[in-house]
Amino acid sequence: MLVRLVFLLCLVALPIRAEEVVLGLSSDRVRITATFEGSDILVFGAVKRESPIPQEPLDVIVAISGPSQPLTVRRKERVLGIWVNTDAVEVDAAPSFYAVATTGPLDQVLSNVEDLRHKISIGRAIRSVGAPGSIADAQAFTDALIRIRQNSDAYQMLEGQVALDEQTLFRTEIGLPANLTEGEYQTRIFLTRGGNVVSQFEAAIDVRKVGLERWLYSLSRQQPLIYGLMSLAIAIAAGWGASAVFRVLRQGG
Amino acid sequence: MQIYLPIAEVSVNAFLLLGLGGLVGVLSGMFGVGGGFLMTPLLFFIGIPPAVAVATEANQIVASSFSGVLAHLRRKTVDLRMGTVLLIGGLVGAGIGVILFNYLKSLGQVDLLVKLCYVAFLGVIGGMMFVESLRAIRQTRSGKAVPKRKKHNWVHGLPMKMRFRTSGLYISVIPPLLVGVAVGILAAIMGVGGGFIMVPAMIYLLGMPTKVVVGTSLFQIIFVTAFTTLLHATTNYTVDIALAVLLLVGGVIGAQIGTQIGTRMKAEQLRILLAIMVLAVCFKLALDLLIQPSELYSIGAVGGH
Repeated sequence: MLVRLVFLLCLVALPIRAEEVVLGLSSDRVRITATFEGSDILVFGAVKRESPIPQEPLDVIVAISGPSQPLTVRRKERVLGIWVNTDAVEVDAAPSFYAVATTGPLDQVLSNVEDLRHKISIGRAIRSVGAPGSIADAQAFTDALIRIRQNSDAYQMLEGQVALDEQTLFRTEIGLPANLTEGEYQTRIFLTRGGNVVSQFEAAIDVRKVGLERWLYSLSRQQPLIYGLMSLAIAIAAGWGASAVFRVLRQGG
Repeated sequence: MQIYLPIAEVSVNAFLLLGLGGLVGVLSGMFGVGGGFLMTPLLFFIGIPPAVAVATEANQIVASSFSGVLAHLRRKTVDLRMGTVLLIGGLVGAGIGVILFNYLKSLGQVDLLVKLCYVAFLGVIGGMMFVESLRAIRQTRSGKAVPKRKKHNWVHGLPMKMRFRTSGLYISVIPPLLVGVAVGILAAIMGVGGGFIMVPAMIYLLGMPTKVVVGTSLFQIIFVTAFTTLLHATTNYTVDIALAVLLLVGGVIGAQIGTQIGTRMKAEQLRILLAIMVLAVCFKLALDLLIQPSELYSIGAVGGH
């Protein structure tokens, strides 16, 4: 009953949107195996519309974000001649991975108001409220977080990397680094005109460990004692094995 | 060849890990130190999360120490009785150390304290060993007879005496127990086996012969680090078995080579090399504290370090 109601509401809602995204992903899941070296995700799609193309040019923004977690950003200061962590700011939620690809410079493609509403730019994707009163420059901590993560390719700003043909077909490629955290990677596509979002679409990329990686990870969480004993057994066996091999080698030689 | 580590959740070069394991293994076999005080900072440097590095390192030390101790057992250079006494002290100390560590963590600044601990201990121990072994070498060179180390100090006046045949000692069990406790505390706080503190303590405080010290230290380290590994695996889930396997394959081979080199060197030379290594690590850590870091900010988990 509820399903039918939702379906009906969708039908009602449909004609209001003039333009819609029809999306394709090169893969909707990423498998992390032992030899995982990162993965390129191809995001492509088309804009479906039932009216003629408006005069104002169309822009496309693609944002992929990994699972969010709370963090602490610390700053060092010189105290009595040595460098010590002094101030710390807690960031309520920062995605472990975040990439934004656009058809042009972000400040031209997206207005500030819309950025605030949809939290698209890297700075907006990080949620931070609780800086203690003693720290005057809380923004510096958020900037540092972005700088450190951008250096390690965990945060990517890909301005002008989305190719758009005939205001209808778009495509972009986003490289996921090898150091991925497991979870749902939310993929959002925004269509904008004159800085305003006219349509948006969401899909999820599932990032999972598989095979041996999956098995070891699950074992370490569900049967930690067995996992610990197994680690020790392997360690002792390897130690004994190497010792035995070397003794044989020495006697042989 | 890149390999993705399931618990650390990072991708690293497998050969780099094998090489690191081998290098630290050689040192561990030569000097009877677990090598944790070298390996743990190296793992931080290649991007392994600190919690995983400390826990996995404990597991790897079990392997390289086991390999080393077998070689020493065959040459009968392990004082099992002394090792057991040290071990009892060590386990008590590790328990105290974990409690102390959590208390310091609640105060914040545990990182700084650990580093200062390292600098102070490495500096004092390294300096003492360096001066002492240099003097010993100079005396042998100049042809003078090496004066026998003073066998009777306050240590010998304590009650509960016990005979340690392999070491040729007849001393009270209290000093070895205390050494064990102290090393256990430091091991838990600093995330290392503690060999680099125990070896000098055994030589200078207990007066044990250098050749027996290495095997006995390794014997004790196996049990303390095995205990630590289990603690980390069951409470923090931070032991990465894939990382451990790569490190220990390199490590056990290195340890065997190291033990061979160790038997061919003179005790004074062995000591002076260990002293130089300890001082080098101390210098590097002190430098990190004194020189302005290129990135003043760091990212950490909430509540963690």
